[in-house]
Amino acid sequence: MQDYAFLTETNRKQYIMGHNLSELKTKQKTLKSWSYVWHPIERGYNNRTLYINVGTCEIKEKPVSQQMKDKFVGGKGFGLRLLWDATTPTTKWNDPENEIIISPGPIGGITQYSGAGKSLVVTLSPQTDSVMDSNVGGFFGPFLKFSGFDAIELQGKSEKELIIFIDGVNHKIEIFEDPGFAVDSHIMGEELTEYFAEDEKDAKNIGIVSSGAAAEHSLIGMLNFTFWDNKRKMVRLKQAGRGGTGTVFRNKKIKAIVAKIPGVQGNLNNVVDLEKIMTVGRDYAGEMRDLDDKQNQMKKKGTANIVNVMSDYDLLPTHNFKYGTHKDAIKIHSDLLRDKWFTLGINDGCWIGCAMQCAKGADEFELKTGPYKGTKVIVDGPEYESAAGLGSNCGIFDYEPILETNFYCDTYGICTITWGTIVAFIMECYENGIINKEITGGLELNFGNSDASLELIHQLARGEGFGVIAGLGVRKMKQLFAEKYGADPKFLQDIGMENKGLEYSQYVSKESLAQQGGYAMTNKGPQHDEAWLIFMDMVNNQIPTFDYKANALHWFPMFRTWFGLQGLCKIVWNDVTPADNKLEKEPHKIPKHVRNYLAVYEGVTGIKLDEEGLIRQSERVYNFQRIFNIRRGYGLRQHDAQPYRAAGPVTVEEYLSREERYDKQLKEILNIDPQGKSVEEKMAILRKHREDQYEKLLDAVYERRGWTKNGVPKIEHLKNIGMDLPELIEVIKPLQ
Amino acid sequence: MKIILNNREEVFESDALTVDEIMKIKRFTFSKIIVKLNNTFIEKEDYDKTSVKEGDNLVVLHLLAGG
Ligand code: SF4
Repeated sequence: MQDYAFLTETNRKQYIMGHNLSELKTKQKTLKSWSYVWHPIERGYNNRTLYINVGTCEIKEKPVSQQMKDKFVGGKGFGLRLLWDATTPTTKWNDPENEIIISPGPIGGITQYSGAGKSLVVTLSPQTDSVMDSNVGGFFGPFLKFSGFDAIELQGKSEKELIIFIDGVNHKIEIFEDPGFAVDSHIMGEELTEYFAEDEKDAKNIGIVSSGAAAEHSLIGMLNFTFWDNKRKMVRLKQAGRGGTGTVFRNKKIKAIVAKIPGVQGNLNNVVDLEKIMTVGRDYAGEMRDLDDKQNQMKKKGTANIVNVMSDYDLLPTHNFKYGTHKDAIKIHSDLLRDKWFTLGINDGCWIGCAMQCAKGADEFELKTGPYKGTKVIVDGPEYESAAGLGSNCGIFDYEPILETNFYCDTYGICTITWGTIVAFIMECYENGIINKEITGGLELNFGNSDASLELIHQLARGEGFGVIAGLGVRKMKQLFAEKYGADPKFLQDIGMENKGLEYSQYVSKESLAQQGGYAMTNKGPQHDEAWLIFMDMVNNQIPTFDYKANALHWFPMFRTWFGLQGLCKIVWNDVTPADNKLEKEPHKIPKHVRNYLAVYEGVTGIKLDEEGLIRQSERVYNFQRIFNIRRGYGLRQHDAQPYRAAGPVTVEEYLSREERYDKQLKEILNIDPQGKSVEEKMAILRKHREDQYEKLLDAVYERRGWTKNGVPKIEHLKNIGMDLPELIEVIKPLQ
Repeated sequence: MKIILNNREEVFESDALTVDEIMKIKRFTFSKIIVKLNNTFIEKEDYDKTSVKEGDNLVVLHLLAGG
């Protein structure tokens, strides 16, 4: 019992069933210990990265060159550079050469401006067979930096389960055999915190990366990054969700990485001008204090505040993205999260100093299913994506099963966004008779069947039954259902919401051409972190022409890429709006916050940057990532194709559900009288039009981005942006 | 009446509506919205006091949501 001395009573009961930590300590077998000389960070950089080969136990540090900082900045940029150098065009995700790189970026770890604790995870994805990047909060990224490294690079494959310990107190790295920690993250996080912390006060100095049981049996595994919740006296989890990072992690037999530091103090980044950062930081915190309650209520509802908003605008995916709203959507209104589920009045920042505090949690949630049935846990979330993905998109309009699935996705180590889109796809296939009870092993996977959906995830965690098929992801299921069960591949292509092998995140893009590009033209696959243009396009009608759309699909992805280079959270930028924002020339860019970021960057690094320079930093890395995809045989126009469900109605029922809207468009845009035409005829005309529009959009955006019609960056463009590196030219020269 | 709403012609059955009524009809429920009527900002507390007439130019700018 003394091992869990500082946990709350509920947690102690829950976790004590696991392991005796003193016993585990006696079993600890160190495979390698490596000491290093610690230096203070200089202007946001350690100027070195940490390399660990888990197959050979080689550990070394690598210098960060000035060119690396100039061209790649940090975060995702560093991850891409290191991954490019470590792999060949034919390296597969499960080859030992593949790496997982975690890097926070130069601003990462400051506590004086909100949302500065993010890191980027970069790897070759088991889902897309190309480069994946995933943005995540929690303590590990900053603690890695404070321990002395701008990035950690994990290569090789171990035969034994490993724990990697970055001891930023004694300045050494240890690799040891896992003495038997739990697999699932909610337990392992507590165990490892207890194991490495001296006492309760020290728990806040531990940051952990781990995955879970389902990551071992699927291609969609994610990584949990812990943060210590001092009020609740427990670890919380934030996720690097997209693209199978956790699958690569477990394939390397890494059980967890732990970073421990002596403590967080005011200026560990040794920034150039702390006062400059504090000035904008205080101002931002003031906006949150004064405006959040009238605006998004991020502190009370988190990102899920938009569940009902999306439903009101026909953007909330329901039934595998067929529709954007539902009569039962009221049952998952965000007010319910605020009033019934989330604990309020508690600091819910996933990094120190974040005034937005959107990492909401539902405490004392009693699990009804699975291996932890009957225990009370904290559910981290649901965030918007989880509520929409695990809820409405699967026809489930009840927070109880949504929270339960959210919890299990997290602790089992799979991405809630991906899982939601996968289950929604399976449910549509089930309802269409493409798969049946015989194939699913008895699970009746109709829309709305939350029991079956939960059982599916437990199967996946156990590595059993149809759950394992689900864990392959939508792209592989499409192939399987066509080959094995004779399904129509064209229909599956239309309804399977994936692009590049990654599942769509949770917005209906049918009525926003710009967002269709914002999804399907992304480097890693359809995640909304590059661009969210639906209101600008569909509601505000601010970007009516292809030129406007192309400009938006240049500026927003580039601007948002920058967060991932620096260690910043994108939510902070736009989820509260300054009171005088309306007076700005381009209010949709929240220009005051853009100026704040320029001030923060200058305050940290001492380098003056304007908006153009900011975009340029991102553009270099963005183009590098595009060419990285090309180097691997992807990244061309054909890979930016979207499933038709993202662009328009695939089925008659979808068309009829919004018949007035579609008929009006035929009349007003295409000058075609819908009278007397069958639904199928009207659908075909609309489809042709929408598909043509998308092709025109690709042309316009490629042109704006300095790419050829095939989506290949032009050499001239690389020269203009200072990214004409020989290794890039070599890849694109034959494709000009 | 016919007005210009977000650069598009929009027809409403009634001849006189307040900004607030138009917001309700259109289900513009998002919290971060900038409203301009004939190029003049309208504050939220004035939505129900501000009338919109035939031929008016109403801009209801939704700021970013989502991600
Ligand atoms: S805004 Fe939310 S997700 Fe971003 S850093 Fe703050 S608490 Fe974390």
